[in-house]
Amino acid sequence: MKLRDVAAVIRSKNSGPFELTFDIIFKDGDLFQRVYEAGVITRELFAQLYNLPVENVTAVIGFSPANAIKATLVRPIPSGALGERDVYGAQQHVPLFDVEIQL
Amino acid sequence: MPELRVLAPTAILGYGFPIQSFEEGLKRDPHVIAVDAGSSDPGPFYLGAGVSFTDRNAVKRDLELMLTAARKRKIPLIIGSAGGSGGEPHLKWNVEIVEEIAKEKNLAFKMAVIHAEISPKLVLDKLALGKIVPLEPAPDLTFEELEKTERIVGQMGIEPIIRALEMGAEVIVAGRAYDPAVFAALAVYRGFHRGLATHLGKILECASIAATPGSGSDCMMGYLGENYFQVEPLNPVRKCTTMSVAAHTLYEKSDPYLLPSPGGVLDLSETQFSQQSPRAVRVTGSKFIEDANYTIKLEGVKKIGYRTVAIAGARDPIMIGQIDEIIGSERGRVADNFGGQNLEYFLDFKVYGKNGVMADLEPVVETKSHELGIIIEAVAPDQATADTICSFARSTMLHWGYEGRISTAGNLAFPYSPSDFRAGPVYAFNIYHLLEVSDPCELFPIELCQSGEVGA
Repeated sequence: MKLRDVAAVIRSKNSGPFELTFDIIFKDGDLFQRVYEAGVITRELFAQLYNLPVENVTAVIGFSPANAIKATLVRPIPSGALGERDVYGAQQHVPLFDVEIQL
Repeated sequence: MPELRVLAPTAILGYGFPIQSFEEGLKRDPHVIAVDAGSSDPGPFYLGAGVSFTDRNAVKRDLELMLTAARKRKIPLIIGSAGGSGGEPHLKWNVEIVEEIAKEKNLAFKMAVIHAEISPKLVLDKLALGKIVPLEPAPDLTFEELEKTERIVGQMGIEPIIRALEMGAEVIVAGRAYDPAVFAALAVYRGFHRGLATHLGKILECASIAATPGSGSDCMMGYLGENYFQVEPLNPVRKCTTMSVAAHTLYEKSDPYLLPSPGGVLDLSETQFSQQSPRAVRVTGSKFIEDANYTIKLEGVKKIGYRTVAIAGARDPIMIGQIDEIIGSERGRVADNFGGQNLEYFLDFKVYGKNGVMADLEPVVETKSHELGIIIEAVAPDQATADTICSFARSTMLHWGYEGRISTAGNLAFPYSPSDFRAGPVYAFNIYHLLEVSDPCELFPIELCQSGEVGA
């Protein structure tokens, strides 16, 4: 199964000009718990998907009130810097769609 | 303790709202109307150039409704991050609109204008005293970097707004402010719990985005009690669910449990969300933990040059198959042609249909697009050089003789004449730091005046 099959929301957005934050909100609490506990969504995963050193993935945190996993990483370049492609950071989520989930 | 009601008409002043939703809000007898006008999301340009990212007519339309309603009901109207970035020119722009409406509608009120632009000299002094630390992952601030800075604003907390209320202000136009501050200030002033008031503000600052279906241009009502708050969208097509409200807590923040704010941290580790009615959600348990030292978040930008862009399309499959090589050769040709002149420039090609959105992070390696959109971009220390580089790169690409070319008349389809556009000055964020203050109001001077007398 892929992450897009179990998530109701997968989104990215700036958290300030220097960070990019991702929210994966699962379709229900059970799916959230199972994926979160499976330990697939990790800092290493984000490091690999976004071609960053692991230490640049600031956090991957489960947030059960929203059945969500949040991940935050250091923006490859600050918002609006030379070479920018996505000032708001709102279209950087797609590599997460096809992450394989074993449930 | 009686309930306090806060009406949040729209997510950003100028994004609009249905009048019917607004009237529903007024029927609920709000104690205050508040709106956030700003964000750093649209990037560094607006702060640097001193212009709003929202449209004047749209802002005036929203403000006219809010101002008229607030004055009729004798309740405060509080606007935060005026003009989008909340610096001096932005604030002046917003105050002018308020003044214009007051005149046209014959409204009289006491207005407080709270300034939030911080002088580089003050930041320099604080830097020397070691009172400035980067908000990670922003880099350290150096004296050299500070000298290049075009404009700096500080995000005020609730305190300067409370002070303006104490002074008797009926309309408050605040420069750059922590987004929830305008929604929480009156509540905290009246003795409500700061954690709940701030969390309520955090939701209301985006108006109906926390509802489902969400909208950034529709009204939301907040109800604050002694140990709870409640949110309810004012358009009957929307509802708040525990999921929609909890999910909004994540939005644009790095850590869902601990949200830093001026003067302390909003701690949501014990927050509970419960469905109060089919359309309203009740929230309890949010706490505010005061920092030992009060800090203000600074945002600053520097000018890094001027930009010119050309927009074009490519449809020829032989060219599309070699686009990377062609761009590589282009770069070489530009460098070679102006090599003798020591021109300083940044040249970039954004290729939509290939990796325009994600660049090097794009997981799809091979494009299957039958056509490409290409933006040729030049940034240079002056506009003339940016024009030169963009123009040369464009004309060279138009006639580039790539391998196997059979369309020898031209490689690019330009949708416009002119093909090149001056995008003007380019800015970059260079300050995203915390400044320690002894008084939360010290950076934010308040002007109190009768409407019609400000901005002289």
